[in-house]
Amino acid sequence: MSHSAVIPAAGESGKFEFLERGEHHVANGTLLGFWLYLMSDCLVFAALFATYGVLSQNFAGGPTGADLFDLPLVAINTSFLLFSSITYGFAMLQMQQNKLNGTIIWLAITGVFGAAFLGLELYEFYHLLHQGAGPQRSAFLSSFFTLVGTHGLHVSFGIIWLVTLLVQLKKHGLTTANRRRLFCLSMFWHFLDVVWIGVFTIVYLMGSMS
Amino acid sequence: MSEHHLHSSEHHEEEGPHSSFSGYMIGFMASVILTAIPFWLVMADVLSSRNATVIVILGFALVQILVHMIFFLHMNFHSEGGWNMLSLIFTVVLLFITLAGSLWVMYHMNVNMMPGMMTGSS
Amino acid sequence: MSEQFELSKLIFGRLSWESIPLHDPIILGTFIMVLLGGGAIVGALTYYKVWSYLWREWITSIDHKRIGVMYMILGIVMLLRGFADAIMMRIHQAMAFGDATGYLPPHHYDQIFTAHGVIMIFFVAMPFVVGLMNYIVPLQIGARDVAFPFLNNLSFWMTAAGAALVMASLFIGEFAKSGWLAYPPLTGILQSPGVGVDYYIWSLQIAGVGTLLSGINFVVTIVKMRAPGMNMMKMPVFVWTALCTNILIVAAFPVLTAVMTLLSLDRYLGMNFFTNDLGGNAMMYVNLIWIWGHPEVYILILPIFGVFSEIVSTYSGKRLFGYSSMVYATLVITILSYLVWLHHFFTMGSGATVNSFFGITTMIISIPTGAKIFNWLFTMYRGRIKFDVPMLWTIGFMITFVIGGMTGVLLAVPPADFVLHNSLFLIAHFHNVIIGGVVFGTFAAITYWYPKVTGYKLDPFWGKASFWCWFIGFYLAFMPLYMLGFMGVTRRMSHFDDPSLQIWFQIALGGAVLIGLGIACFLIQLYVSYKKRDSLRDETGDPWDGRTLEWSTSSPPPKYNFAFTPKVYDNDAWWHMKANGFVRPTSDFLAIHMPKNTAAGIVVAGISTVFGFAMIWHMWLLAGLSFTSLIVTIIIHTFNYKRDYYIPVEEVARTEAQRTEVLA
Repeated sequence: MSHSAVIPAAGESGKFEFLERGEHHVANGTLLGFWLYLMSDCLVFAALFATYGVLSQNFAGGPTGADLFDLPLVAINTSFLLFSSITYGFAMLQMQQNKLNGTIIWLAITGVFGAAFLGLELYEFYHLLHQGAGPQRSAFLSSFFTLVGTHGLHVSFGIIWLVTLLVQLKKHGLTTANRRRLFCLSMFWHFLDVVWIGVFTIVYLMGSMS
Repeated sequence: MSEHHLHSSEHHEEEGPHSSFSGYMIGFMASVILTAIPFWLVMADVLSSRNATVIVILGFALVQILVHMIFFLHMNFHSEGGWNMLSLIFTVVLLFITLAGSLWVMYHMNVNMMPGMMTGSS
Repeated sequence: MSEQFELSKLIFGRLSWESIPLHDPIILGTFIMVLLGGGAIVGALTYYKVWSYLWREWITSIDHKRIGVMYMILGIVMLLRGFADAIMMRIHQAMAFGDATGYLPPHHYDQIFTAHGVIMIFFVAMPFVVGLMNYIVPLQIGARDVAFPFLNNLSFWMTAAGAALVMASLFIGEFAKSGWLAYPPLTGILQSPGVGVDYYIWSLQIAGVGTLLSGINFVVTIVKMRAPGMNMMKMPVFVWTALCTNILIVAAFPVLTAVMTLLSLDRYLGMNFFTNDLGGNAMMYVNLIWIWGHPEVYILILPIFGVFSEIVSTYSGKRLFGYSSMVYATLVITILSYLVWLHHFFTMGSGATVNSFFGITTMIISIPTGAKIFNWLFTMYRGRIKFDVPMLWTIGFMITFVIGGMTGVLLAVPPADFVLHNSLFLIAHFHNVIIGGVVFGTFAAITYWYPKVTGYKLDPFWGKASFWCWFIGFYLAFMPLYMLGFMGVTRRMSHFDDPSLQIWFQIALGGAVLIGLGIACFLIQLYVSYKKRDSLRDETGDPWDGRTLEWSTSSPPPKYNFAFTPKVYDNDAWWHMKANGFVRPTSDFLAIHMPKNTAAGIVVAGISTVFGFAMIWHMWLLAGLSFTSLIVTIIIHTFNYKRDYYIPVEEVARTEAQRTEVLA
């Protein structure tokens, strides 16, 4: 193969330019990658919903949803999650305007709503256990606790992430990396809200109708 | 902003979707309404038929999921070159297959293999 | 006294000295061998002072090429284990007739067939497939690495962690005795109170995280990082099949995670998903696990279809016939693979409607698959076929896979399945497609891309020897099983009464021995080729007159793969570059932006292994501690913002100048 002799045309020959001679910028894939993760998580929930769907009438002589569910409590909990969605939206708007403090404040409020949601859910679980309606009682209760609990576990991880992100925002400000993380967490958070729509409709509302 | 010179993406435009206050407010108000109505329908036992209630509240849930997708998750056909939407549609198809398929398969299995135990009140 | 007992239970859980099977001579012998072998390897590594090299260049490496090679090594090591299980089963079944009970006690035999299945699918076939994609995909799309290099490293170590747990079960406790998909209620806590099923659950969960992450990683890599000009319909077919495989991984593995979680909730917390009482429904487990399980089959075979597409066109010296039909066939298989899962349990009684739906969808899948076979045949038609070793594997594949496919269509007919379900016919069928497809394809791929990885070709003599041993060995080992299946012999039997069947099992044992020779020839091939590397050396980087971009760079490729990102105008990008007088650049290099190595991957995977082990043995204290430290480690990792660096221009120029010198 010829070398140094053809330097002027190095890499390019004939009508085709075969190489990108400048620095090649690769698009960042984090947001798409995180979205794909959410899609896979969605299918975890699909499996849990399917299990709930199949087992939801298997009360094994135990209590039914109509016996157990406290709809006003669920309504309050739903509103907590909904509020946390809009406050996360406000945090994102603050981020767009490059306002670090505003972002942090709204993010913290979101975290508080999330924690309140979790608190109420734990109260509900505690109450059910106290009534002898634990996850061991029947297949219906197993699938109920697992579906709702998995959602709650996601919210818990969301809160841990949110707190971590608060620290990172304090430390580094609204850098590109941190903005990307805020976007990812926002997708996660809104995604959990979407899952909750399925939970309160299919599990609580439909379960309460006898 | 310029703390990390090494990030090549620093030179790019802002990633992710742009959102607006009005967008979030529309989404929020719609969600509140779409949540309140199904709760009211069930708690006040408005519709006499159980099936009708189920269909109506499932419809509300579906609409609210769409509202969240559009106003909170900013889904559209061009973000990430359409791959977000494509993967979402693919996931929804699989979601449907998993849910409907499992219910269908298991229902027939119960009918055939455990007749008389269909109510589950064993 | 009892307080002390409570404390030791908190710390050690169920683990005690009795958990180590010192009383079983087979296991003890293996254990001693492994200890001696492992000790020798560790000693040698220490003696030659390569630990720090291994740590720097391999263990913490985020280079997709290094990770790919590590996946392949993991696959080969686990293949030896999985094959050891296979030959033990074959010997046992050839012996255990009438009064003879064979040499394996039933509980040991049951663990062996379970471990064989789990290992071969999760820790042989998966690492092979993921390893190939790791090495080849970024090179074929003209990228410098994958989208998330750290996650790639983590994925590998999570897979290795899962494998480590399976291996640990050999010497500490036991493995599941339930078959490779662990159906409840047999795997429920009442029927399997031991640690075997827990080993199964946790090794799959941990490896599953790795697989899922690598799935996401590769989808994003292929979507986002293709060289300029390479639109979707200009991607090499291997990249297309890799894309579809990874989409399937992202879509299927969550269901496995979910169903494993449900099973563990039954076992650990006494829930009632799959139990016999309190409303549980064990059929739901079978339903869910096959929603994962069937796509999994295509996860394994699709990339291998891609491998054969590359090989057929290269060794026929022709453009692949029917590129777009190949792409659409792959996409159709991707979707259809989600609509067939019930054919694994026709006999469970969902009735005629359901069975016919799934029977028909299953038969439909054979159409796109058949289209692929014809495409390969038409590519060969009037080509200048070179019968090198990869081409032998390819032709062996086409013959074997078509037979396996046809027995598959046979099984897709529900009434036929009622006769053949769970018989050795089924065993013969899936070994026919997995060995004929995935294994032959992996060996073809290893032979084909070996010079790219190492800079020298594999010795063809031992390659041919390995091929013929495998090929003939496969038919000897599995055709008798088809016969036995027709005679009604079911799978997983550890003893037979009818002496007339024995001859078939003895023939099958002969086949298994021949396959063993095939594996030995492959290992000898690696050794001989290393010894003869100077005469087998390839300095062009393009030993087979290749067509795709991986052949445009040196062998082995530099860390950064390509000094300049290539621009693509054609499906066969490198072929097109060669045909249009591409001249390699020798100046004007730039500094190259690359990710940094990190130890976070192996640390996270290591802690996960400890967590899994603690959960298996009910060591609640350790489980709590390791889970907390897992979370903390991940959080600490997110505080590291400086994950990349630039390879200086001088280094790039030096590397490229060396290559210029070699080429001159």
